Amino acid sequence: MSEIVTTTHPTDPLLRAERLPHIWCPGCGIGSVTACYMSALAESGLPLDQCVVVSGIGCTGRVAGYVNLDSFHTTHGRAIAFATGVKLANPRLQVTVFSGDGDLFAIGGNHFLHAVRRNTDLLVVCVNNFNYAMTGGQAGPTTPRHSFTTTTPRGATDQPFNLQHLAAALGVVYSARWTALHLRQLKTSFSQALQLHGFRFVEVLSPCPVGFGKANDLGEGIEEMEFYRAQGVVDRRISPAEALIEMSKSTPLPLGVFVDPERQGNGQAGPAKGADGVVGR
Amino acid sequence: MTVRQAHQERVRTGDHFINGDVACAEGALAAGCGLFAGYPITPSTEIAEHLARRLPEVGGTFVQMEDELGSMAAVLGASWAGARAMTATSGPGFSLMQENIGWGVLTETPCVVVDVQRPGPSTGLPTQTSQSDVMQAKWGSHGDYEPVAYAPASPQEMFDLTVLAFNTADRLRIPVFIMADEAVGHITERVRIPAAEALPSSSRPRPTDAPGNGFLPFKAGPGLVPPMAHAGEGYHIHITGLTHTERGYPTNSAEVHDRLVRRLSDKVLRRADELTLVERVWLDDAQVAVVAYGGTARSARQAVRIARERGVRAGLLRLITLWPFPGAAIAQLGLQTRLVVAESNLGQVAREAERYTAGQVYRVTHAGGHLLPPEPILEAILERA
Ligand SMILES: Cc1ncc(C[n+]2csc(CCOP(=O)(O)OP(=O)(O)O)c2C)c(N)n1
Ligand code: SF4
Ligand SMILES: [Mg+2]
Repeated sequence: MSEIVTTTHPTDPLLRAERLPHIWCPGCGIGSVTACYMSALAESGLPLDQCVVVSGIGCTGRVAGYVNLDSFHTTHGRAIAFATGVKLANPRLQVTVFSGDGDLFAIGGNHFLHAVRRNTDLLVVCVNNFNYAMTGGQAGPTTPRHSFTTTTPRGATDQPFNLQHLAAALGVVYSARWTALHLRQLKTSFSQALQLHGFRFVEVLSPCPVGFGKANDLGEGIEEMEFYRAQGVVDRRISPAEALIEMSKSTPLPLGVFVDPERQGNGQAGPAKGADGVVGR
Repeated sequence: MTVRQAHQERVRTGDHFINGDVACAEGALAAGCGLFAGYPITPSTEIAEHLARRLPEVGGTFVQMEDELGSMAAVLGASWAGARAMTATSGPGFSLMQENIGWGVLTETPCVVVDVQRPGPSTGLPTQTSQSDVMQAKWGSHGDYEPVAYAPASPQEMFDLTVLAFNTADRLRIPVFIMADEAVGHITERVRIPAAEALPSSSRPRPTDAPGNGFLPFKAGPGLVPPMAHAGEGYHIHITGLTHTERGYPTNSAEVHDRLVRRLSDKVLRRADELTLVERVWLDDAQVAVVAYGGTARSARQAVRIARERGVRAGLLRLITLWPFPGAAIAQLGLQTRLVVAESNLGQVAREAERYTAGQVYRVTHAGGHLLPPEPILEAILERA
């Protein structure tokens, strides 16, 4: 998505222009997700000097290096825990965690569980590309069954996480899933999430032609995008539990807002701001 | 209510009869610690428990994290948000913290990590004493770096050295370790807390220019410690555990890496003289000198006293700083006296001491589990006299 960041664009001052060109591959979705987040942030009216982005390690982890905010590129899996420290030490800060599926749900999975349990005031954005992209396309916690990766040469056998189900069951305040192609809806979700308090989650299905697309006959980035568009279904009747991603041409890709403060039947979500285990200001 | 008010003061000036862990917690409060993140582990838990009660009373934050990986990460995040931040643990937790300690070293993040040591490897003897993490403090995280680590020998020093650790951490922008041991953490003694104005204090170097395009978060002056801007101050800093330029941006340059890692080491090593604290007891005329630290130094002092009573000119070099290693003091002592190193591990400091003394060190060691008593140390002194 290099055209987003190499031509003049309203979000340009929000990116660290001196760091461009970025490291992401042609056809990668991470750049457009980043630009989309930044334009939602710019329109939110939040003071940018008080906005912080924290990333873990991975291709998505590099987001922290391109946003023109106070930004931290931490260790693999620890972004949420680091962000917890930032937020608790200075509650005025608006803290967003930006990281990959492996970082947030494998090596760092425990921090996700407990940050939701505490209802920590964080927005967590997961770029879900179904693999460990930065290390060359290994299987991760969201790799769909039967998918080929460099560590599942005969097809993945383990059941992947349905992140919407996980987030809803834990009781997040807000949870949405879009693809890197649904930029308008994604931006709306970022805007909604930025106005809420407590633990908010946005999952973005993102093409990774290098690490995932090619090995699974999804083709180049544009073809992977086209697949997402064709299979994507927004239907409020689909519950988080039913929102599993099977990644086949015969099954839908459930998208949309799965948890928000108005929506009923989403488990324990609510604006309860009690902070279990956290005392003090 | 007077009692309540007294409890709401950060610095509880006066005399207290408290254990080492509680004294450490009070030291953190007196030093202005704003956030503690931790996970329970014997024999350090009382530090967390005390701060869970006391920190909120003085406007600070206590958070019990889900593990030590998260505790260390939260401490680093809090530091970048402007707080003085600390965690406390024991060997197993210290092991889990090592990767993030390395992040703290490379990103120059001030913080304090307390390890109340118990015998390892592994779960070992969870409720007993040990000094077997001394080398872990030096080499625990991957890569080259020079830590600062203190070894308190009493509840009073648990207080004093925790205050000092916060000051050193801020002044040098490094994680600083308190390498306590179970014996010192759990012994109860009188601790004198001075008036707030009498406490030593130093702070982080801070940017002098207002936010603008020019700020270089990793450009250090002659003191080798760059000024630190915090999140939320308008500088739009980028902080990464990748090797970075003065601007804070990642680079693949081997030259930049070499320059950066050398500066990070040099900022500590160049100050080794002032950082390396020792206590010298009866060393002037000594023919045999015991080198000891932490809880073991209490037994060593007793052994030396008995030796003196028996007419043997014995002395004690008590190491207060373990890292940077007080090699110069040991080298000099090695020229004048015969050395005995006593410690609750299988010779971690002894081996280091030998590097400064051409191998003439006599070892009194124990893998831990009980405090090394005075007798074997006395025996060693008498043998070497
Ligand atoms: C402790 C540790 N283990 C392993 C690695 C190697 N590593 C770097 S990125 C990565 C996977 C990242 O996957 P994901 O979070 O999905 O991000 P993506 O690259 O797909 O955006 C791994 C395993 C590391 N940096 N640190
Ligand atoms: S490997 Fe995949 S996730 Fe990483 S930059 Fe390339 S396309 Fe994007
Ligand atoms: Mg991934």
